[in-house]
Amino acid sequence: MSLIEIINLNKIYDKTKVPVHALKDINLKIERGEFTAIVGPSGSGKTTLLNMIGGLDTPTSGKVLIKGVDISKMKEDELIDFRLKNIGFVFQSFNLIPVLTAKENVEFIMLLQGISKDERERRIIELLNAVGLGDKLDARPYELSGGQQQRVAVARAIASHPSFVLADEPTANLDSVAAEGLLDIMKELNEKIGMTFIFATHDNKVIRRVRRIITLEDGKVKSDVFQN
Amino acid sequence: MKLYLILAWRNIWRNKRRTILAASSIFFAIVLAIFTRAMQHGSYDYMIDSAVRMFTGYLQIHSKGYWEEKSLEKALDYDSNLIKKIEEIQSVEIAVPRLENFLLISSEHITKVTSVIAIDPEKENQMTKLSQKLISGRYLKKDDNGILISEGLAKILNVQVGDSVVLYGQGIYGITAATLCPVIGIVRFALPDLNNSLTYIPLSFGQTLFSMENKITTISVIINNPKKLDYVLSEVKKIVGDDYDVMSWEEMMPELVQGIQLDSVGGLIMLFILYLVIAFGIFGTVMMMTAERTKEFGILISIGIKKTKLILITTLEAIFISLIGALSGILISVPMIIYFHNNPIRFSGELAEISLKFGVEPIIPLSNDPGILVAQTSIVLIIAFLSSLYPLNHIRKLKPIEAMRM
Ligand SMILES: Nc1ncnc2c1ncn2[C@@H]1O[C@H](COP(=O)(O)OP(=O)(O)OP(=O)(O)O)[C@@H](O)[C@H]1O
Ligand SMILES: [Mg+2]
Repeated sequence: MSLIEIINLNKIYDKTKVPVHALKDINLKIERGEFTAIVGPSGSGKTTLLNMIGGLDTPTSGKVLIKGVDISKMKEDELIDFRLKNIGFVFQSFNLIPVLTAKENVEFIMLLQGISKDERERRIIELLNAVGLGDKLDARPYELSGGQQQRVAVARAIASHPSFVLADEPTANLDSVAAEGLLDIMKELNEKIGMTFIFATHDNKVIRRVRRIITLEDGKVKSDVFQN
Repeated sequence: MKLYLILAWRNIWRNKRRTILAASSIFFAIVLAIFTRAMQHGSYDYMIDSAVRMFTGYLQIHSKGYWEEKSLEKALDYDSNLIKKIEEIQSVEIAVPRLENFLLISSEHITKVTSVIAIDPEKENQMTKLSQKLISGRYLKKDDNGILISEGLAKILNVQVGDSVVLYGQGIYGITAATLCPVIGIVRFALPDLNNSLTYIPLSFGQTLFSMENKITTISVIINNPKKLDYVLSEVKKIVGDDYDVMSWEEMMPELVQGIQLDSVGGLIMLFILYLVIAFGIFGTVMMMTAERTKEFGILISIGIKKTKLILITTLEAIFISLIGALSGILISVPMIIYFHNNPIRFSGELAEISLKFGVEPIIPLSNDPGILVAQTSIVLIIAFLSSLYPLNHIRKLKPIEAMRM
C-alpha cells in the first residue's frame, strides 16, 4: 500500500465569479521515504494539491488515500486529529507561535499527542541539535533569523513522528545560504530516519536536491520524473 | 492545561499597552461599581436599622389578627420565659415587650388622642435609646405611675414636667381606663407625627390601667445582623408555634421597602453603564486580539490543534485581562470600603435635612458585605465569558487555508 494515493482528484473553486478548475484528474502515488517536489508555474495548483494531501481542503471529486484511509470523507475534528498524528507541516512563514520559545514550540505539538515528559525532552534536544539550534532552546521566534525559524518549524514538524512532512515554499523567504542549510537538514532527516518530505516549490535549490519532480501545469500533471 | 495558561498569559502581553488600557478601564469601572453598590447597600442597611430601631424592630410577635385589628382582646400573655428563649436565638440582640393602646389625654382645657405605649423602660431604652430623646424631666422607672410625653403633644396640652394629665379611654373588653398621672419627662422625636402623639408609661402601670394583668400586645425583636433575619424569623416561628403572628419589618413597613426598591433602580442604571464600559473594554480587546491572529490560528489548526483548544486559549485571555482589572480594583476597594465603613461619609444639603427630620443621622456607612465583591467580580467574569463568544464564533468558522492566505 502506498503512503499516499491520489485518485482522479479534481478541485474546482466555484465561490469565485468564474469557477477555477485548480486540479484536473490528478492520479499520483507517493511512497514512504520519498524526497519529492511538486513544481510548476505560479497558479498551476501546487499549493492546492499539497493542501489536498494535507487534509486542509476537500476535493470536489476523487480520493486522497493516506495509508489506505480516505481523508476526504473525514469530519473537521477528525481531520484535525489526523493531521496532528500523521502529517508534519512547514509553511512559508509565520510557522511558530510567537510567544513560545523554540523548545516550547516543538514541545507543544508533542504535548497535544500525550507524549511523556522524558520522551519530549529527549526529542527536543535531539531535534533542535539536529537542526543546529542546540544553543537556541529558549529563544523566542523574534530572536531567531528567518532560516532559524524555518529550522525550528522543521524540528516541530517531525517531533511528533508523522508519516510525512508537507512543506509549501519552505525556502521562499530565505537567502540561499539559509535555504541550503535548511535543505541539508531535511535531506539528512530523509536519509537517516527515512522521513518522507513533499515540497511545493519553484525554488531551484530545492528542485536540484529532490529525487522526484512532479510538474504541474494548469492543474494537470505534466511530467513526473525521478533524478539521481 | 499549564501550557494553555502560559500561552494565554503571554499572549495578552503581546500588546502591553492595549492590555493595560483594557485592564484599567475594567479597574476603574469595578471600583466605581463596588463603591456604588457598597454605598447603596450601606445606606439601605443603615436606613432600615434606624427605622426598625425607632419603630417596629426587625420583627414583631403578636397574637393572631392583632396587627390588622389592633384590638386589646388580641393580646399576648407576658411570658418572660418566652422572651428569654427568643433572646437566646443566635443574632438576636434583644426582645422588647410592649403594650400599646390609644387613649384620650387631657390637661386643663385640651383633650387629644395619644398613642400610649406601655414599656419595660430598661429594655425599651436599649432598643430605641428613648432616654436620649429626653429634653426635660427624667426617664421612666419600672414602678413609676407617671408618663413620658412627646414634645409636640406637651406643647399642645400646655403641660410641663411635674404637671398632671388625665388619661381616659378603654382597656380590655371595653372596661373604662382612667387615671390622673404626673408628667415625668418630655421627649423629642424628629418625626412630627410621633412628636405630636406618642406617650410612654411603664408596663405594669399600663397593665393595671387597661385591666390587662400580665398581658402585652407586642414583642419587638432587634437583631444584630440584618442578614440573619430569615433565620431568626424561622427560629422564632418554631418557638412560638402557629398561635402567633410573626411579622418582619418588611411586612410592617411596606413603604420603606418600596422606597428602597425605587432608589435601587437608579443605582442599577448607573451599574449597567459601568458594566457597558467593562464589556466594551473586554470585548474590544478580545476582538482585536482575535482578528490580528487569524493567520496564526490558521497555521495552528493546520498543524493539528483543535479549535476547542484555541477557544480555550482565547477565553483564558479574556479572563486574564478581566481578572487583572477586577482583582486590582478589589485590592484598592477593600481598604477604602473598610475605612468608609468605620468612618461613614457624612452628607449635607437637602437630603441631610430630610434625613434629620426622620431622626436619622445624615451619614452613609459603606456596606462591608463581601457579597458585593463576589457579585461584582462574578459579573465581570461573566462579561469576560460573553466576550469570548466573539473569538469562539470566529475560530469556529475559521477555514485554515483561507486564514493562512491573509
Ligand atoms: N481559495 C481559492 N478560491 C479561488 N481560487 C483559488 C483559491 N485557491 C487557489 N485558487 C486558484 O487555484 C489556482 C491554483 O492555485 P494555487 O495556489 O494552488 O497555485 P500555486 O501553484 O500554489 O501557485 P504559486 O506558485 O503562486 O503559489 C489558481 O488559479 C488560484 O487562483
Ligand atoms: Mg502556492
